[in-house]
Amino acid sequence: MSKITPEALKHLAKLARLELTEAELAMYATQLEIILDSVDKIREVAAGDVKPMSHAVGLTNVFREDVIRPSLDRAEVLSQAPATEANRFRVPRILNED
Amino acid sequence: MSEDLTTFSAQQLAAKIKNKDVTASEVTQAHFDRIEKLDKKIESFLYLDKAAALEQAKRVDKKVAKNETLSPLAGVPLALKDVMTQRGVPTTCGSKILENWRPPYDSTVVKRLKENDVIILGKVNMDEFAMGSSTENSAYQKTKNPWDLSRIPGGSSGGSSAAVASFFAPLAIGTDTGGSIRQPAAVCGIVGTKPTYGTVSRYGLIAFASSLDQAGPITRSVMDAALLNEVIAGYDPLDSTSINQSTASLVAAANTKDLKGMKIGVIKELGGEGWQEGVVANFNQSIETLKQLGAEVVEISLPHSLYALAVYYLIAPSEASSNLARFDGMRYGLRVGDNGEKDVEAVMNLTRAQGFGPEVKRRIILGTYALSTGYYDAYYGQAQKVRGLIAEDFKAAFEKVDVLVSPTSPTTAWKLGERVDNPLAMYLADLATLPPSLAGVPAISVPIGLAKEDQMPVGLQIIAPAMQDHKNYQVASAIEAAQGGLLIDQIKDLASLV
Amino acid sequence: MKILEAMEKFDPIIGLETHVELSTNSKMFCGCSTEFGAEPNTQVCPTCLGLPGSLPVPNKTAIESTFRIGLALNCQITEFSRFSRKNYFYPDMPKDFQTSQYDEPFCVNGYLDVLVPTDEGDKTFRVEIERVHLEEDTGKLTHSGGVTGRIHGADYSLVDYNRAGIALVEIVTKPVLGTGKYAGIVARAYVTELRDLLRSLAVSDVRMEEGSLRCDVNLSLHPKGASEWGKRTETKNVNSLRSVEKAVNSEIERQADVLTEGGKVTQETRHFHEDSGTSSSGRSKEEAEDYRYFPEPDLVPVIATSAWVNELKTDLPQAPSVERKRLAQEWGFSDEEMRDVVSMGATDLIAQTVAAGATAQAARKWWLGELARKATEAEKDLSSLGIEPKHISELEQLVVEGKLTDKLARQVLDGLINKEGTPSEIVQKRNLVVMSDDSSLLPAIRAAIEANPEVVAKVKTGKLQALGPILGAVMKETQGKADAGKVRSLVLKELAVEG
Repeated sequence: MSKITPEALKHLAKLARLELTEAELAMYATQLEIILDSVDKIREVAAGDVKPMSHAVGLTNVFREDVIRPSLDRAEVLSQAPATEANRFRVPRILNED
Repeated sequence: MSEDLTTFSAQQLAAKIKNKDVTASEVTQAHFDRIEKLDKKIESFLYLDKAAALEQAKRVDKKVAKNETLSPLAGVPLALKDVMTQRGVPTTCGSKILENWRPPYDSTVVKRLKENDVIILGKVNMDEFAMGSSTENSAYQKTKNPWDLSRIPGGSSGGSSAAVASFFAPLAIGTDTGGSIRQPAAVCGIVGTKPTYGTVSRYGLIAFASSLDQAGPITRSVMDAALLNEVIAGYDPLDSTSINQSTASLVAAANTKDLKGMKIGVIKELGGEGWQEGVVANFNQSIETLKQLGAEVVEISLPHSLYALAVYYLIAPSEASSNLARFDGMRYGLRVGDNGEKDVEAVMNLTRAQGFGPEVKRRIILGTYALSTGYYDAYYGQAQKVRGLIAEDFKAAFEKVDVLVSPTSPTTAWKLGERVDNPLAMYLADLATLPPSLAGVPAISVPIGLAKEDQMPVGLQIIAPAMQDHKNYQVASAIEAAQGGLLIDQIKDLASLV
Repeated sequence: MKILEAMEKFDPIIGLETHVELSTNSKMFCGCSTEFGAEPNTQVCPTCLGLPGSLPVPNKTAIESTFRIGLALNCQITEFSRFSRKNYFYPDMPKDFQTSQYDEPFCVNGYLDVLVPTDEGDKTFRVEIERVHLEEDTGKLTHSGGVTGRIHGADYSLVDYNRAGIALVEIVTKPVLGTGKYAGIVARAYVTELRDLLRSLAVSDVRMEEGSLRCDVNLSLHPKGASEWGKRTETKNVNSLRSVEKAVNSEIERQADVLTEGGKVTQETRHFHEDSGTSSSGRSKEEAEDYRYFPEPDLVPVIATSAWVNELKTDLPQAPSVERKRLAQEWGFSDEEMRDVVSMGATDLIAQTVAAGATAQAARKWWLGELARKATEAEKDLSSLGIEPKHISELEQLVVEGKLTDKLARQVLDGLINKEGTPSEIVQKRNLVVMSDDSSLLPAIRAAIEANPEVVAKVKTGKLQALGPILGAVMKETQGKADAGKVRSLVLKELAVEG
């Protein structure tokens, strides 16, 4: 189970938008196998009907009322952007439609 | 003014300022002077916000002059972990990907500190995105342990622990996901608290693993930690996981030095083989101290805590892989390769490849794997179930005892560079701190002397049920008092190093 | 291949995913305003910009609106539900994940009945609803360079995040079988009915042209009688009622061609082009993303207690079908007339026109007559013509008062479409005053009589119905401004014939 092929690792890197070098791919493949070997042991725990714990608090139904609050100052927001144009964030061309 | 203002506790400084013995400006300046003189050895600060801090100190002094009511920590300096947003102040999270980012908003913790007139001196170093146990994963600098400059200060809040242990500030904010407050506090011989998950707002805390992250105090004394904890805790409508309910007074608990009638459980699974000799020896001695203070001590088993490391290293990277997706070079921070030719996906790939360090990439890949089709049930899903079992273990244990104890970390501070190429060895430092993080319960680390073999500090971890943080402060302050004086006072003066 | 021919060989299965922007005051997870048309990036905050450290807090009204939609669609409301993160990178999505719902949506298993005219008379199709869930909208991209406005060939793009984080409800149908050649009509009727229902719930503006109601069409074909379903495509960007029908029909025709020529349909996303009425190939499902859904750790579960759900249930308005029955009776429309009104999406327009003072028959005459024709010409939905119902009422009033002829009224409609003002203003501006005084009409009348001696002869023998050519000539001469009744009586008077 815990074998990660170079192809699988490349696929993961693509999903995660990480450009990895061959050297990095080799290093991570080895390290991930070691880590996965050590985490594999949780699969031995019989937890069939246990409820998954996705939160540390038992809160439910936390909402806000539908009230408008002030937005940020546009100039301050755009001042942090790598590129802007016409008060919008400028981004490189997009090849794939969503 | 002959006395060195940096040697006092936060509680003492607040009293001196209130009594007009000193001004907040003098206190602030004294700490900046010490930082400027000595931090080149420690490298704890990433950014000093001198003008704003002195401005804030002046406002406190005006309040004092007008005899206005003061917050308990008014005028006391603090070092802020660079994981917290502060409006207009560079916030890097220890990463190149956020270099030069100035957030347009304050985190709730910062807002509360400002409202309480705590003086924020600047931002301190950390492992990139809080991933690590040595602060060596910072993209900027290697912070040293002031007890031994060849050793790590712990992590990920190593900048916070080193700054407080170096007397650069009596107070620091750290954040803890799997031990990132407690372990650095332990290896630097000071106090660190991870409050109950949900008691301190996460709004403005740059997320590593949302279901685990919690901010808390790092200080030299238990009382200072209680004071700071009370300032930063409280319900926040901007955080859906914030608990709208308050704990019993932490400061009052820190004043109770008595443990009579208290039942304390020693966690059977955390200790023994593979744990450093001095750590175990000091821990055993602290158990004796607890008994002498009137506590009844029993052994308690948390059977599923053995799986905590595995559970944590599936859940935290999974959440991180999603939390860190937003660093794509589109709206803020670093952008690499935008030459007009490359498309958006290529630019994102390059930005993230150059902006993130190796540990962050490792965890993003691990988390992406654990969440991907075909593996979710076996890894992330199963990890959440076992997390539930770990929480059940704690629940059962707290039906028998008031608090649980263990050593904070299996070893004392190791040498810089020693574990950099061995991620798993690095992860083992969190063995004892992970179970309470996964269960969401509060825990504190308090110093229990130096290990005989390396003369480095050892920490005791105390764990209480959720929303009963005061019990941790009660036990910690009793231990601290019984040891007669703070361990940190035994540290060699850094000034002798210059 | 034409649709009827295709339907002799194949059976279609359709599925519809409809996205509805809720009309809450503030966004789904933060307090930013949702008002349409604001300056770019002025309705943004740390949360909807996905800034590091920001956190979401859900809008209670949005959740209740989702429950109400579910209830109106006869769904079960899930007792325990959660938000999940859908992870994929796209520059219009600030966090590079969308907060959505996965295996624990708010509402499941409902249905919506739609009435469709068939060769065998009106027939009810039951469209089953798989789920209704709540998520957040994305920012808006504009593309620069290349062919203006198109993503392909653009040099770069610009992002406005005002829309990012607005509450978006997704309504997903189960596969709809057995529609045959009516697939397109059923699809359109479903979206129309859904739109009316959402409007009656007052949860959304449901303006397709502003994007507050958007539709994706899933479609597959299989040979008649085959038990295995074909590969399906998902056509996105279907943004008008007319396009829903067009997208279904054009995709049926396209897939039928592919299959008939021995090819295979690729499972893919396609993009519909409103202008040409056709779609083009997008991302194929082979390279589809792995969304890595997991429960959103920043948000806590939602428990729909029966008390809460019951309270929302009692507040539900009448179903549009019930409401329509009442209206048909009130307006005196036959079942057939009402069905046409519904299928044109004109119910609300007529209701508003009546509310402004017109009779129901007059309102129907305008909306389903001249205006429907103009909408078809412009390839738009009726509601997208931009005509206010109160102006139609005013126009009708002018006609009743004899201040406008039918012909002049049509010119006023052109003026309304061009946004030239109110009907009275347009009458003024375009000088569309009816000619009814003798002195201005008589020259034209006398000329017409002179030019049509054979008509005059017939009329004089008492055949008044032969008057037509003379009346027509007068109307032509006066550019339609003449008062027809007045002309008729003047002609008869000139010819000394009793009317």
